[in-house]
Amino acid sequence: MGKLVSKIPEGPLAQKWTRYKASVKLVNPANKKKIEIIVVGTGLSGAGAASALGELGYSVKNFCYQDSPRRAHSVAAQGGINAAKNYQNDGDSTFRLFYDMIKGGDYRAREANVYRAAEVSNQVIDHFTALGVPFARDYGGTLDTRSFGGVQVSRTFYAKGQTGQQCLLGCYSSLNRQIKKGNVKMYPRREMLDLIVIDGKARGIITRNLITGEMERHGAHAVVLATGGYGTIYYLSTLAVNSNASAAWKAHKKGAFFANPSFVQIHPTCVPQLNEFQSKLTLMSESLRNDGRVWVPKTKKDKRPANEIPEEERDYFLERRYPAFGNLVPRDVASRAAKERCDAGYGVGETGLSVNLDFRDAINKQGKKAIENKYGNLFEMYKTITGSDPYEEPMRIYPAGHYTMGGLWVDYELMTTIPGLYAVGEANFSDHGANRLGASSLMQAAGDGYFVLPNTISNYLADEIRVPRITTDTPEFEAAEKAAVEKLTRLLSVKGKQTAASFHKRLGKIMWDYAGMTRNEAGLMKALELIRELRTEFWKDLNIPGTIGELNMELEKAGRVSDYFELAELLITDALNRKESCGAHFREEYQTPDGEALRNDEEFAYVAAWEYAGEGKPHILHKEDLRFEEVEMKVRSYK
Amino acid sequence: MKLTLKIWRQKNAKAKGIFATYKMEDVSHEMSFLEMLDALNKNLVGEDKDPVAFDHDCREGICGSCGMYINGHPHGPVPAVTTCHLSMRYFSDGDTIWIEPWRAKPFPVIKDLIVDRSAFDKIQIAGGFISVNAGAAPEANSILAEKKKSDKAFDSSICIGCGACVAACKNASAMLFVSAKISQFALLPQGRIEAKERVRAMVEKMDELGFGNCSNTGACEAECPKQIKLTNISRLNREYYKAY
Repeated sequence: MGKLVSKIPEGPLAQKWTRYKASVKLVNPANKKKIEIIVVGTGLSGAGAASALGELGYSVKNFCYQDSPRRAHSVAAQGGINAAKNYQNDGDSTFRLFYDMIKGGDYRAREANVYRAAEVSNQVIDHFTALGVPFARDYGGTLDTRSFGGVQVSRTFYAKGQTGQQCLLGCYSSLNRQIKKGNVKMYPRREMLDLIVIDGKARGIITRNLITGEMERHGAHAVVLATGGYGTIYYLSTLAVNSNASAAWKAHKKGAFFANPSFVQIHPTCVPQLNEFQSKLTLMSESLRNDGRVWVPKTKKDKRPANEIPEEERDYFLERRYPAFGNLVPRDVASRAAKERCDAGYGVGETGLSVNLDFRDAINKQGKKAIENKYGNLFEMYKTITGSDPYEEPMRIYPAGHYTMGGLWVDYELMTTIPGLYAVGEANFSDHGANRLGASSLMQAAGDGYFVLPNTISNYLADEIRVPRITTDTPEFEAAEKAAVEKLTRLLSVKGKQTAASFHKRLGKIMWDYAGMTRNEAGLMKALELIRELRTEFWKDLNIPGTIGELNMELEKAGRVSDYFELAELLITDALNRKESCGAHFREEYQTPDGEALRNDEEFAYVAAWEYAGEGKPHILHKEDLRFEEVEMKVRSYK
Repeated sequence: MKLTLKIWRQKNAKAKGIFATYKMEDVSHEMSFLEMLDALNKNLVGEDKDPVAFDHDCREGICGSCGMYINGHPHGPVPAVTTCHLSMRYFSDGDTIWIEPWRAKPFPVIKDLIVDRSAFDKIQIAGGFISVNAGAAPEANSILAEKKKSDKAFDSSICIGCGACVAACKNASAMLFVSAKISQFALLPQGRIEAKERVRAMVEKMDELGFGNCSNTGACEAECPKQIKLTNISRLNREYYKAY
């Protein structure tokens, strides 16, 4: 168990970060230029890190699989970004933001990291504003905020329903400035296929040029993974369809522990699946729950149009079950409550797998114009997809896979268990515990990239200044490139009948049915069996036309799906190990009589960090005990 | 419904392209346009044929990856939607659909429907930013901005960089794209400080990369999936004159 050293600084919680920064080792400006850093990913954390490291004078190489860094999936975040500014004079503070996150995460996150995320949130808002992100404003010219699920203050900064896009374009602009200055070199349309570890330290990556198919070697003094989450393991999710976990998984297989993989957030407000060909589920921002009321009919299988169901025959089940928070309960709670009603036969729509999100009362009270100002683009998007007008009749929503709290294990400095390999943003596990609160992913990703990593990475690099430029003609690069080519060749040589996507779809269905919103031991065991069968079939009946040396999207997909088969097993192993319900991880065996999650702090107040032990061998569990010094672990109640 | 697809197939940048014909049976009205192409590709892969290459990612109209000419319109015949959000509801049984890549000199074809839009990144690199380092920003509310102008800045900033404006323009002009970024920053106090340098650098780069001039036909505005307005181009011109 001695392998997990979290490096939490001494001292009171509120002073840890300040003290850390005051004592951290620095790299002299003249030496920075000679130090190369690879950043994989260009979302808020990746582009943020690449920009900030470039600004400091390091030589940065930034990679993304898309044709442009501006397309990273942070772009799709909708509702907002939190900060503890207390502009509303409603009692907010760094401590309260920290407390809401710790509680919202069901006491499964590391106190010191969460406090720091809350602390740097204000700097993030200052920086984005200075970069020209057009956040919503009040008539006096100051920034506006709104409230968001799971909290009782108004701390969410927003740009209509496109906050992610605006923040991402802000990051993209700062990245462009560094590209122009020559501090960052951008490599788009590249997929990371392996991590290079030399003498125990991360020293580079192998990539494939997705246009030419050429393999490339890139060396560096340190590597930062900003590659997002693994929500597409469910096939249908709110993520971009090409989002994948392959970079993180390759790093895991090279020695980076993977933490809490079973902690996956299922978002309550998504457009339900409409047909069997569907390739993704579209998120409808959580901010809609500020004004929309969630309900189902009080009668089972009531097929009347929503508007014809009178008030007294409607069950506003969130308001009924959780009077204190009502429609604003956190995502995990709202998702399970919707599933409970649908499973009990009260769901609406053709499939019975959706609930109403109704704006009638809000429109009557505030007027259509006010609602349009807040949610106009979301209402339009909903209408485009479904053909139904939310101004006239309730939206229909259902939960979908959305965000993965689990990820690569990192210490306080955001370093993984491989020295010199860092993970930032959704790719790491650190700040959201077992459930993430709304509007905190943009906050954490930008905080990690712009303000945390640039401060912590120098502590490592200060000892690397004598290391010359990493050359790529070494046996380690040679072997990794050879292995990557072999894997792709193996995929190409299966020559069966089925597409990678069709396997992905079936894997996703297994994961959704047995390892989705609720889990139980029998189901998880069943899923393991089904996944192994499907994986065997994959390696026998996959078909990929074309070759390795050209643009080959089927090959890209197949590589990602093959990694998902392995990650899926680990996710389930973790879910089996955690014999408690906490946050988004709901084990049916562990619940209170009224159906709420039943945590077991005695046995499970730890981070489960899994070590890869080799092909076909069971993963090794390492536990990082979570100690709460400032907060008391309480039953998480929103009633 | 049954459809006939005429799709531009081009092996690589140097190869000569042709329209290939594909028959689709059982297309559902509930599919999105890209899901219909997914179904075609599934069939092609099943026959061990090369699937049609196209860019796509978020499939919710915000990343700007997807984009193709559909029956003579960028992103298809429905206004204000991206290709990924275009529903097959808008097509009928027996239709023939013509599908082509963006056609513009600064966007060379990479393969089939994929084009190289890196010219857009180059324009942004030239000046599409406000020069401020992480840590240097003042307290957010110390920068006050008029709400009306800030809302207008937002309306300009929602460009997704898909390239439909260039593809729609007979001159392959990037004026709408460039003017959106210029406007966003010109309308905000924090963007005014280096407004002159920005507009000079971005326009110079745009010209250098071979984009054409604007002749006010308005095709870009008509086809923009995010409905970016032509008034941005007027503002760009005004900013440009002020910069010299």
